[in-house]
Amino acid sequence: MTDAGRHPRIKVLTLSEVKDVSGHVGDFDVRIIKHARYVDESACTACGECAKVCPVVRPDEFNMGLSSRKAIYSPFPQAVPSAYAVNVDECLGHNPAVCAKCVEVCDKQCINFHMSDEEIHEKVGSIVVATGLSPYDPTINDEYGYTRFENVLTSLEFERLVNAGGPTGGEVIRPTDRKKPKRIGFIQCVGSRSAQKGGNYCSNICCMNTIKSTLVLKEHDPDCEVKVFYIDIRAFGKGFEDLYSRSRRLGVQYIRGLPGSVSETADKNLSVAVENTVSGKLEIHELDMLVLAVGLLPDPGTQKLQEMLGLQLTPDGFYLEAHPKLLPVDAATRGVFYAGCAEGPKDIKESVTQASAAAARAVRLMHKGQITSEPITSLVLEEHCKACGKCAEVCPYNAITVDVRKKIPAQVNTASCAGCGTCAAECPFGAIVMNHFTDGQILSQVDAMLAENARDKVVAFACNWCSYAGADYAGVSRLQYPANVRLIRTMCSGRVDEKFIWEAFAKGAPVVLVSGCHIGDCHYIDANHWTEKRVAKVHKKMEKLGIRAERLQLAWISAAEGARFAEVMRRMEKLRQQVTEAEIAFTKEILSKPKK
Amino acid sequence: MTEPTKNIQAAAPRIGVFVCHCGANIGKVVDVAAVAEAAGKMEGVVVAADIGYACSEPGQQEIKDYIAEHNLDRVVIGSCSPRLHEPTFRQMLISSGLNPYLLEMANLREQCSWVHMNDSEGATQKAMDLVRMAVSRASLLYALEEEILPLVKRTLVIGGGVAGIQAALDLADNGYEVVLVERKPSIGGTMAQLDKTFPTMDCSI
Ligand SMILES: Cc1cc2nc3c(=O)[nH]c(=O)nc-3n(C[C@H](O)[C@H](O)[C@H](O)COP(=O)(O)OP(=O)(O)OC[C@H]3O[C@@H](n4cnc5c(N)ncnc54)[C@H](O)[C@@H]3O)c2cc1C
Ligand code: SF4
Ligand code: SF4
Ligand code: SF4
Repeated sequence: MTDAGRHPRIKVLTLSEVKDVSGHVGDFDVRIIKHARYVDESACTACGECAKVCPVVRPDEFNMGLSSRKAIYSPFPQAVPSAYAVNVDECLGHNPAVCAKCVEVCDKQCINFHMSDEEIHEKVGSIVVATGLSPYDPTINDEYGYTRFENVLTSLEFERLVNAGGPTGGEVIRPTDRKKPKRIGFIQCVGSRSAQKGGNYCSNICCMNTIKSTLVLKEHDPDCEVKVFYIDIRAFGKGFEDLYSRSRRLGVQYIRGLPGSVSETADKNLSVAVENTVSGKLEIHELDMLVLAVGLLPDPGTQKLQEMLGLQLTPDGFYLEAHPKLLPVDAATRGVFYAGCAEGPKDIKESVTQASAAAARAVRLMHKGQITSEPITSLVLEEHCKACGKCAEVCPYNAITVDVRKKIPAQVNTASCAGCGTCAAECPFGAIVMNHFTDGQILSQVDAMLAENARDKVVAFACNWCSYAGADYAGVSRLQYPANVRLIRTMCSGRVDEKFIWEAFAKGAPVVLVSGCHIGDCHYIDANHWTEKRVAKVHKKMEKLGIRAERLQLAWISAAEGARFAEVMRRMEKLRQQVTEAEIAFTKEILSKPKK
Repeated sequence: MTEPTKNIQAAAPRIGVFVCHCGANIGKVVDVAAVAEAAGKMEGVVVAADIGYACSEPGQQEIKDYIAEHNLDRVVIGSCSPRLHEPTFRQMLISSGLNPYLLEMANLREQCSWVHMNDSEGATQKAMDLVRMAVSRASLLYALEEEILPLVKRTLVIGGGVAGIQAALDLADNGYEVVLVERKPSIGGTMAQLDKTFPTMDCSI
């Protein structure tokens, strides 16, 4: 920590949030808000005189509320930067007339209530997302009486309690009577492996964390009674089994079964009822203190950042990597990498390993000092452009400029163009060519697919980042679905031009699917909004022409939704079977007539 | 149809189609040899062959030999997902002196053999269609040139827990500048709150 704080090449911005990221790999523009600390970071020596006089007493979040701090405080003794900070929401003194006691005692005069939030702009070539975890909060479901019984703690609260630097100086005492507990229980999987509460995944660290805590307890007091209630113990890592055996050797009791209920006795002990699944018997255990091994959830800010950077999430809410085996720290967005619990629950060793990997991936990208851009960009045919301005309106990257009034044809800034192809799909005059995904190339795929036995086929357009990746994921998971579907890949569902859909129907396709990222997850900011509008428009036209609108489907499928992809494919096949020979003939006939 | 002029092929395309067995991954479900044979008859295809592992070193060499021998100008690979090996095969084209954008892949594994394991017949039909579509698209591909853009040698690290700190230090020690953004008043994250940590049972900070 201190190494990072001191490093000449690391600029540490605390109390800071990333507000906006624009640009692309190699050249991101980042807007950061650094919230006012009200204490001069470089001048403060952390003497703590200020906190002594501050009249505001608040629970200390670092100690999980097990101790208190002042409105001006140091987050914890080894904090980096070490300077104190004022929580203005709690402080009485930012209206100077009211308090300002701390200002008076600070010899160095580093407290300044006129400080304001600062907006910082940074240019970077790559981004590492390491936003970490958020422990499951057992208050939501009043897990095991957590909100009612004071002697029920979370594992993180317990961590603070046994910590030599913690509120009790490392003395394990129970909150109600400050006495040393002689009988302590741990309940595993709180907020993990449950479809109802927290996540339905294993949080990876809680078994080992509990085993660690039992060893610490036995070290403090070899005679204390320690019981662990569990589903199964997952001690899979290097050296883990040793710790588990040691814990059992020291007499820690492992009881298989999660408690059904917890109640409090008159002297604030806890009575735990559990069905021991080994003996099959109902057991009652009386304990002095109970620790809930809470699971790990993603940081609550994850979704905001995901939208800002155009990243993808797994159904669990953690960041989705570009490939689960071969690109485990890369995001699908070039130049963005993941490290630590942001990508999934893991321990310190794995977090550090992944962080070094992410750094290496970023170095690999940057060391050449230049980067080659994907040439998959759009191209305006000036002679066809009527300067209507539609393309500029739909481009999510503002990559196109058109002067509608002076009728100056559209111009694409290829460095900003991300290659979604929405402009090409929306241009009413066919004036835009999408390199590598031209109208001709895509239409030729449709034609080739439907050249024979068109009636048997499901035409499906899939965007590269979500639905095509979801299809791959269905494959990796070996999910089976009917073989009638054929996918056509585009970079974005925004590329799927109306004419591709009409071409498919004209060539006898019974059903057509357009699929892309969920709204809000589009890899090209919000290009899929245009997909949605376009499909609605085609639906209307189909109705007018007397073609069943149901034959064109729109589905949002994320890269992690292999099961959903397979299900949509089964649904499409069912739809296909319902389309009659006569309907197809009628559609072909109607679409072969030249348009008015 | 409006396509850029450079898109219009002067000479007839010379396409090579290579259908990969991927060991048994594709070969066990899809009749790979039949697909290759069907591909050989498609318009614009000069040569078609089946290959054990197209992505392997010997597999790539085999394809490169075909490219040279038949003077191919476009390549279709029927194999795994382009999301996995498109970069591999683009590189292979470059080393054969072809523009990397003259490659097209047909996804015969993730989107065919692995999802139709009990329907060999249907999967083989589908594989042939996917290859036909790829060949047809390939004949309309044109070369694209990558643009060289400047790159800022700095990294933004979001989150100052142990992962963010480690990434920042590794980058900084490699000579790159880092901006480390942390929401809280101090870096350290969850680990700063821990006492002893498994598996070593030592102090965390
Ligand atoms: C009770 C408990 C006990 C544990 N015991 C052990 C153990 O003994 N051994 C072990 O190996 N592991 C243990 N772990 C796991 C360990 O804590 C994690 O592996 C590790 O902390 C993960 O590091 P991280 O950097 O990914 O995330 P974190 O430590 O959570 O750090 C993330 C940081 O990012 C910041 N942040 C988040 N979002 C933003 C944003 N949008 N902008 C700016 N900053 C942001 C947060 O404020 C935080 O400082 C334990 C975990 C818990 C909960
Ligand atoms: S008195 Fe001043 S120098 Fe001392 S801790 Fe407070 S703010 Fe910092
Ligand atoms: S949408 Fe087409 S016609 Fe209209 S300005 Fe853009 S390129 Fe020109
Ligand atoms: S392809 Fe997409 S990003 Fe590029 S100019 Fe067109 S709309 Fe904008």
